[in-house]
Amino acid sequence: MFATEISKSIAIADTVKKTAENNSDPSWIMHHVLDGNSINFEPFGTLYLPHLQLFGIDISITKHVFFIWVVALLLILISISAARKYKNTLVPKGIANFLEIIIVFVRDEIVKPAIGKGFESYLPYMLTLFFFILLSNLFGLVPYAATITGNIAVTASLAIISFIVTQYSGMKTYGVLKYFKNLVPSGMPVLIIPVMALIELIGLFTKPFALCVRLFANMVAGHIVIFSLLGLIFIMHTYVVAPVSVGFALFIELLELLVALIQAYVFTMLTALFIGMAKHMEH
Amino acid sequence: MIFGLYLSVLALASEGGGSLIDVNPGVVFWTFVTFIVLLLILKKFAWKPILTALDQRETAIKESLEKAEIAKQEAQKVLDQNQVNLAKAEEESKNIINQSRVYADKLKDQIVQEGKEQAKKIIDEAAAEIDRKKEAAFNELKSQIAEIAVNAAEKILRDNLDKEAQKKIVNKYIGEITKN
Repeated sequence: MFATEISKSIAIADTVKKTAENNSDPSWIMHHVLDGNSINFEPFGTLYLPHLQLFGIDISITKHVFFIWVVALLLILISISAARKYKNTLVPKGIANFLEIIIVFVRDEIVKPAIGKGFESYLPYMLTLFFFILLSNLFGLVPYAATITGNIAVTASLAIISFIVTQYSGMKTYGVLKYFKNLVPSGMPVLIIPVMALIELIGLFTKPFALCVRLFANMVAGHIVIFSLLGLIFIMHTYVVAPVSVGFALFIELLELLVALIQAYVFTMLTALFIGMAKHMEH
Repeated sequence: MIFGLYLSVLALASEGGGSLIDVNPGVVFWTFVTFIVLLLILKKFAWKPILTALDQRETAIKESLEKAEIAKQEAQKVLDQNQVNLAKAEEESKNIINQSRVYADKLKDQIVQEGKEQAKKIIDEAAAEIDRKKEAAFNELKSQIAEIAVNAAEKILRDNLDKEAQKKIVNKYIGEITKN
């Protein structure tokens, strides 16, 4: 809860500054959830990130890209240090034990029942997905850090990867032609087939779209609620509302912890389900 | 509720500088690159060893459980066998004891019988011996008495005594006999 307190005090300090600058500008909220080319380490200063171009596309290292790398690096460090504990013994202690609970949960409760036979080859992807989203979500609650899953480009990328894996698994199981033929349930009247085909085709794309928007909206919403609650203090120009605001913000912050876990679970679970559906198309 | 909030965020965003639903291609690019690199690294260095270790452990546990089950069954078998053997041994020992008791009784009877016979034989022999000795003693006594009587008669004749003296002498010798 120490981290929560710090992030709140930073948020308040920042809010004071912003409101002092421009009394009616609501963009200070957006400043916290939007991407940018600098990382704010108030009061220690600001880190400006380099601009990059590749084939005419702007691939600048933005704040969110920076934190994607931080999360990835952290994940690599944690999981490799956990994996090394298995070298000497089959029953490790410490961090490996904690990671093992999640790994076994993802394997036995998400991937195994959703995908069924041959689930082993999808495990590395599923585990990476789960841990990446979980760590990203939790990282959003850390002071100074940004919520990278609150960037729609990030969640869209994850959803596209999930889409590609899903289609690939379906095509690998049935072959490309049979896979698309299977999209329409057999035994349909001839007239309905074009309509069904269209609906199923759209359905293919709505699934990852829903994945993308769900994760993004959930992560952004919590943060905006927290900042809005704290903003009440400055909008109302009174300290009386502060305890209420801080109390509610703390409550939302705790809720965010839960949401971070649930969203990681939901994203992984749905991806596993889609893969399972693509692999077993017999309606 | 979240959807409503989302809409208000969009409204806020349009007022501010950037938009929340602006998809920055650079971020997409980096997310792809990072995620795929992350996946490859973790797959090789983290998930593979961990999952292999988990599988190994699960197999090890399964095998030990199965082994334990087999060992338990075997132990039960051995226990049953032991119980059967024990019962058999008990039966046998009972038989042996009974047999030996019968044998001992027989032996006892035989020994007692033999003893009795032996005793009877010894008694008989002793009785016979006694009879023989008694007869021999009687014979000797008879011969001694005859000798004494002859001696006495010889003395009487030699001394030539009167009736009175003869009587005395005879009485005296008879007294000697009884004394002897």
